[in-house]
Amino acid sequence: MPEDAAITLEGVTKHFGDGAPALDGVSLSVRPREFLAVVGASGSGKTTLLRLINRLSEPSAGTLRVGGADVTTLDPIALRRRIGYVFQEVGLFPHMTVAENIAITPRLLGWEKARMAARVDELLGLMRLDGSYRARFPHQLSGGERQRVGVARALAAGPEMVLMDEPFAALDPLTRDALGQDYRALHDALGLTTLMITHDMIEALGLADRIAVLRAGAVIAQGAPAALIDHEHAYVRELMQTPRKLAARVDALLAAKER
Amino acid sequence: MDEALADALARLPDYLGSHVLVSVAALALGLALSFPLALASLRRPVLRALLLAATSIVQTVPGLALLALFYPLLLGAAALSERVLGIGFSALGFLPAVLALALYSMLPVVRNTITGIMTVDPAVRQAAMGVGMTEQQALRMVELPLALPVIMAGVRTASVWVIGTATLSTPIGQTSLGNYIFTGLQTQNWVFVLFGCVAAAVLALLVDQLLALMERGFSARRRGAVAAGAIGLVLTTSLALVPNLMRGNAGYVIGAKPFGEQYILAGLIEDRLRAKGFAAARRDGLGSAVILDALAAGDIDVYVEYSGTIWANQMRRSDVQPRAEILKEVAGWLKGRHGIETMGGLGFENAYALAMKRERAAQLAVRSIADLARHAPALSIAGDYEFFGRPEWKAIRETYGLSFARERQMQAEFMYPAAAAGEVDVISAYTSDGRVAQFGLQVLEDPKQAIPPYDAILLVSPKRASDKAFLDALRPLIDAINVETMREANRRASGGATPEAVARWLAERIGN
Repeated sequence: MPEDAAITLEGVTKHFGDGAPALDGVSLSVRPREFLAVVGASGSGKTTLLRLINRLSEPSAGTLRVGGADVTTLDPIALRRRIGYVFQEVGLFPHMTVAENIAITPRLLGWEKARMAARVDELLGLMRLDGSYRARFPHQLSGGERQRVGVARALAAGPEMVLMDEPFAALDPLTRDALGQDYRALHDALGLTTLMITHDMIEALGLADRIAVLRAGAVIAQGAPAALIDHEHAYVRELMQTPRKLAARVDALLAAKER
Repeated sequence: MDEALADALARLPDYLGSHVLVSVAALALGLALSFPLALASLRRPVLRALLLAATSIVQTVPGLALLALFYPLLLGAAALSERVLGIGFSALGFLPAVLALALYSMLPVVRNTITGIMTVDPAVRQAAMGVGMTEQQALRMVELPLALPVIMAGVRTASVWVIGTATLSTPIGQTSLGNYIFTGLQTQNWVFVLFGCVAAAVLALLVDQLLALMERGFSARRRGAVAAGAIGLVLTTSLALVPNLMRGNAGYVIGAKPFGEQYILAGLIEDRLRAKGFAAARRDGLGSAVILDALAAGDIDVYVEYSGTIWANQMRRSDVQPRAEILKEVAGWLKGRHGIETMGGLGFENAYALAMKRERAAQLAVRSIADLARHAPALSIAGDYEFFGRPEWKAIRETYGLSFARERQMQAEFMYPAAAAGEVDVISAYTSDGRVAQFGLQVLEDPKQAIPPYDAILLVSPKRASDKAFLDALRPLIDAINVETMREANRRASGGATPEAVARWLAERIGN
């Protein structure tokens, strides 16, 4: 494992009760400024992996490093405050306004009011939401708007790393694509390190620098998108089927139109 | 009708103020206990189960019984504290009422706090941890605000319960809106009963709505609504309390048991003390078991007792002695045991007796309790709530070998009409009660003297036993009322006159 990795997992295993482990000897690393997508079906251990990194959960065995430091030596609260987290079900606080939701981590860190207000405005701008959103409550937003606020909240305290748990899964395709592209642009502009969990290979191909495939708690493949296309593992090839068919179909349509 | 209403209104500042004071204190204590316990139990399943079970069990105890239980408990605690720390406190009235009502209020608050927090969407809780909140911060910033509507619903339920149940604190000596209900029930003053019920209901609804306003304000984050609700609550409380605070400390407290004759006599004593320049207050509706302890402890200063009650209930005597002998022994026992001063008899007896409808007695040829023995297995008897538990009843039964087909307990007011209507054959009556004649009943003779004499006697608390001015003010009442006069007074009261009006009539009649 490279010494300068942002996030490193070495032989990480997680048991819940007596059954098969949710994660079984997972080794993985995310380089600084890299966008890594972890693809897996539901029950493959994706969310568990994410929760271990910011210590919402503790591993049964193995070592996790964030910024080179073993996470068990770090204060979990401080750790979570410096890692952005975008939640699967959005997880906005329903009793707080958009501005309050975005400013939550800065508030926990004890920022001054003026600084928080300026930061909220900046993030609303980055997420393409105008100032009228500040005072709205989550239930007054569309699904796409809510997740934009969710991303803004994750970025509020200026983290170097962002963990995303199927962030766009519940959105319609157009919204999902727009938000994905916007986020990828921010990832590059802000120099973030992103680890995104998804069950959707198309999304992973569209956004990530590198993809790891998780199956039954084990990483069965990782590499650049191109390396996965003809991967030796049948399951990986299976995952690639859908985008390939889709690409072929679109190609055919385009060819037909040109003729 | 108008007189009764005016009388009810005149008492409102006192009753309402005391009611609000005891309710607010009980709720404050209840909330102060419930919230920390509920929060502490959130992550401790065993504690949570115990807490919910305990508060549920408290809730199943009838309100009146819960209130009554606290009196002996506190009496013991007060005696212990007096001995160990040298600090005594009153076990009557405010304290037991507040403690019992506070316990009563806990279930809805505890249950709703726990439910409200535990049903917060787990995804939101996850998010709170994920953004880097500590457990405390997650509770304060996310879980509590989201659970607030449910918690406030619990607080509202608790406050309505407490305000309603506080009416039951009258029998343990805490003045409340229940005074209307208990006095009204005893004197058949239905205006009073209704007035008390309506006043308590209006107060409960008002507080409930103000709390609801605050809750809506919190949820919609309208500071104005929260403030309006809070100001309304503070205003209600202080408006209710001001008259009480202004009146200051009432010097001498007159106790009364919960029936008409006692209210008349307490009114007579009160008027008399006021006329002589004493500050006087009343503790109405004290239960028989509570009132003597209250006098011994100095929670009340004077009340009218009946010699036979002390003889049978307190001294546990079942033999019957001549009137004068019993009076002497009772006075000696009260002095020696409690330091209570017996000033003397008022001049009449209010004994327990068995009574039957005149026609029914003639039909069965029953003139005395001895005659009754033959017929009893086919007859029913009704007694007041105390009667069947009293030693006199045991004595009557054993002396005459009585065994009735059916024993029923009822409110004294309903026994007389029930006997007159033939719904019961025999009732436990009082010899000074005007209703014996009013309902055409006949008091049965007691040839074997199973029932001890019940001279009305004036008792004074130990701490007033050498208060010469006080004793002098009361002395003219000794031997001043004969049984005919008292019967007439009782008849007037059961005929619809207020006890106060009858007390004034009585004072005039005996030339005081």
